Amino acid sequence: MRGEIFLIIAGMAIATYFTRFACLVLFRAGGVPGWLERWLKHVPTAILTSLIVPALLLPRGTLDLSLSNNYLLAGCVAAVTAYKTRNVIATMVLGLIVMLALCWISR
Amino acid sequence: MWGAGVSIAKTHAKPEPYLLAGEFWHGVRDSLPVALSVVPFGLTCGVMGLTVGLTFLETVSMSVLVFAGAAQFISMTMLGAGITAFSLIVLTTLLINLRHLLMGASLAPYMARLPMPLQAVLAFGLVDETYALIMNRILVKEYSPGYQMGCNVNFYLVWVASTAAGVFLGGYIPDPLAWGLDFALPALLMALLIPRLADRPSYFACIVSALVAVLGALYLPGKWYIIIACLAASAVGGFMEGESSSAR
Repeated sequence: MRGEIFLIIAGMAIATYFTRFACLVLFRAGGVPGWLERWLKHVPTAILTSLIVPALLLPRGTLDLSLSNNYLLAGCVAAVTAYKTRNVIATMVLGLIVMLALCWISR
Repeated sequence: MWGAGVSIAKTHAKPEPYLLAGEFWHGVRDSLPVALSVVPFGLTCGVMGLTVGLTFLETVSMSVLVFAGAAQFISMTMLGAGITAFSLIVLTTLLINLRHLLMGASLAPYMARLPMPLQAVLAFGLVDETYALIMNRILVKEYSPGYQMGCNVNFYLVWVASTAAGVFLGGYIPDPLAWGLDFALPALLMALLIPRLADRPSYFACIVSALVAVLGALYLPGKWYIIIACLAASAVGGFMEGESSSAR
């Protein structure tokens, strides 16, 4: 194992464990203050969006809004599937099938 | 039992072992269907590790030590894009996992009665799915550390084993990226995002994050657009929550 990679993994492990244990120590008796709860509530939505949208709109590092952008087309299919089924497995499988088909067609 | 009426002296007593063992297997049994649904993600995690150039040991030890799907996918995406800055990856991990703070905070009143070492061990297994399971258990019966441990151990073993299997299977897929398999990550994240879009603040958080992320990806170096977009969007969402709750 490369030292550089191991350091990153160890850092991630400590950061993750901190998020899991810190509040058990901090809020042993009381609860989370309201303002913090409101702010933290939207962190998952924000971070998920910031990862998905550039991956679909800039798959090669430049903005690509054309119909030849397979990531954008398959992304729309995945979004509709996720909305209709609320099912993680169905979204991934259908999205990947469309993606593989588009890659095969545009080969 | 662990009723609210126990005396102070009993509050810090060790949990009875038989109680832990029986509830442990209840936890394992109840979490089995959900744990099995995690297998495809573990496999993807293993394949991704291989794709971005991590070794078997590196990929599996990330699952063993970090045990946080989203953070692992994202850090591997960053490593794959050539970003090996320690601080950037660890900070991103911290931001992605900030939601654990809320989960921990809501469990704190129940877990406060347990001895500190047991709390520390149970905290390691706090993931979205085990959190959902234990909150459901609290709703229908009462909090049980044994049950929580059963869910945690089950999830952990399935996650690590499926990651290892993914690394082995990934070796049989020639150049996954050429086939668009990297799309698995946005598709997976999409399935986690859509159910969160349920009210006005969440719509706005999503729109702000999308705009800032695209602009940031175009004009900012590295992957800083993730953090900037996350801070901007969650602040907007939080502000709107405050507006609507004070208007009521």
